[in-house]
Amino acid sequence: MIVVVSFLVVLMLVAAIAASVFRDLIGAVIASALVSLAAAILFYFLQAPDVAMAEAAIGAALTAAIFIIALRRTKRYEE
Amino acid sequence: MRRAISIFLLIIVTVGISLSLAKIPFGVPKTKVGRHYINEGVKETGAANIVTSVVVNYRGFDTLGEVTVLFIAAIGLGAVLSTVSQKTARKVESASLVLYTGCRLLFPLILIFGTYIFIHGHLTPGGGFQGGAIIASGFLLIYLGCRERRINRVVSNLVESLGGLIFVVIGLLGLVFGGYFLLNFLPKGTANTLFSAGIIPIIYVAIGFKVGSELASIIDNLIEES
Repeated sequence: MIVVVSFLVVLMLVAAIAASVFRDLIGAVIASALVSLAAAILFYFLQAPDVAMAEAAIGAALTAAIFIIALRRTKRYEE
Repeated sequence: MRRAISIFLLIIVTVGISLSLAKIPFGVPKTKVGRHYINEGVKETGAANIVTSVVVNYRGFDTLGEVTVLFIAAIGLGAVLSTVSQKTARKVESASLVLYTGCRLLFPLILIFGTYIFIHGHLTPGGGFQGGAIIASGFLLIYLGCRERRINRVVSNLVESLGGLIFVVIGLLGLVFGGYFLLNFLPKGTANTLFSAGIIPIIYVAIGFKVGSELASIIDNLIEES
């Protein structure tokens, strides 16, 4: 249990740092979706399934999709 | 220099947050009102899911505000995007067979799952917001797989307005029957059954339809303009 939780926390930290340093913005969006997904699993372990559901559906799916749709109008790579 | 200052500030913020959080005991019920919700919530509202009883019954007015914020955000997005629209009919690339078939297979299942989540909001985890978001992600899948399909704007606006209207009308009926807004005036029934908890399931179904159509129309607006 503690192993899974610590793995998820480390994954969240790595993905959050990756989201801020990636030059490829699609990759950054996917890394931030990964943060939301790990947060959703952590919420589930903390016995908050209601919040976990909202986080997984909105944070991981819809927000990432809206960012990617917005990226189609701008540039994929940051200068 | 700037880097040193930002690292210094980061350390200060980290130490401050961890010091203030260290004093708070983790996962211990501290407030009286929280204990009241846990002990009396099921008896008072008839909803087996305590989170739902707080969100829709005790703090129902807050939820109305939340729904209004989402509504205003969707309207604002539609207004901004409709002014920049120049309707360049782009040629739509069709999706591959695997994506097309997968989307057509998964879409009804996702719809049923989202509906289940918001109909059973007072019994199992989840509710109107979560179910609506799941339904909207199903529509997102349709936009990826069957690219020429579009939702009917008139129907989605109608569903959205009806959902908000049902919420407000039920609140006003509480005012009529018992004297305050969003009073649970219907019989509470036995807890843990589908037809229980009075107005809570009705409000959550309304919220589910409203949030689902709102988020789907946000995605539709964005895809139309991009």
